[in-house]
Amino acid sequence: MRIFAIVFALALAAPALADSNLPPSYWAYRQLPDPKQEARAQALMEELRCLVCQGQSIADSDADLAGDMRDLVRRRIAAGERPDDIRAWLIERYGDWISYRPTAEPIAWPLWSAPFILLIFGGVIVAGRVKRRRS
Amino acid sequence: MSNSLRLLPVILIVWILIAFAWRLIQPSDSTVRSNLVNREVPVFTLPAATNGRPAFGSADLATGEPRLLNFFASWCVPCVAEAPILERLKQQGVKIDGIAVRDTPEGVAAFLERNGNPYERIGSDRSSRVQLALGSSGVPETFIVDGNGVIRFQFVGPIGSADTPKILQELEKAR
Repeated sequence: MRIFAIVFALALAAPALADSNLPPSYWAYRQLPDPKQEARAQALMEELRCLVCQGQSIADSDADLAGDMRDLVRRRIAAGERPDDIRAWLIERYGDWISYRPTAEPIAWPLWSAPFILLIFGGVIVAGRVKRRRS
Repeated sequence: MSNSLRLLPVILIVWILIAFAWRLIQPSDSTVRSNLVNREVPVFTLPAATNGRPAFGSADLATGEPRLLNFFASWCVPCVAEAPILERLKQQGVKIDGIAVRDTPEGVAAFLERNGNPYERIGSDRSSRVQLALGSSGVPETFIVDGNGVIRFQFVGPIGSADTPKILQELEKAR
């Protein structure tokens, strides 16, 4: 309750540069009644980039547009759409950049291979040390 | 351990410092560009934003000649600066439609009263639904849609008087 009051006060007190005077969209600060659907929406919102505060997810941002994006996500989840389809819809418009989840595209291959490369690198170092100790 | 391996951390640190310096000298461009350029405008219909102008939908765009689609809002300060430029474009024969983002009929009416009304139709996008559908991320933003309803160009931010030749050139290209 206290946290809610603080968040509410912050939302009221945000004289951001360009915010509209309209109240937030219906599902911007409201959870879906079905907890399973809300969990799915929440997981997706944490992986979508806010277009205004570009380092934040739409789950964290208080920008009007982030609220509208949460409204869009919750509305579509409630209508039975799959989170991956909503993500694909946004990627079609804004590019991979909008999603925090790394893609399987070739550009992300170095990222995916990094753990294995580091593991091999560590293995080589350990092997070298063990060998030196033996000799 | 070989000498070159010993140097590896130093090389890594220098490499990271160079990366930092490069980004400081050349900051990354944070403009969000729509991926829908050269694709058809997504289907949408919007109610009228104010009494003075009819409602606006994607069906109004494929008219055989290129048009400007301008996202604006009465609460958007740069939009005020852009208004006279749009007015001048209109006087040069450019057809302009507007989408008022997160706005009220009274707000839009007052904005047009004060800054002029270059729009043929104005749709009201109260929860940014159409803005998101077009891959736009703020106001003002302007799209050029050709006669077949295909997006040809996106201009992010207010159009200044120095930008009008570019806009006219892109309109000509879309013809």
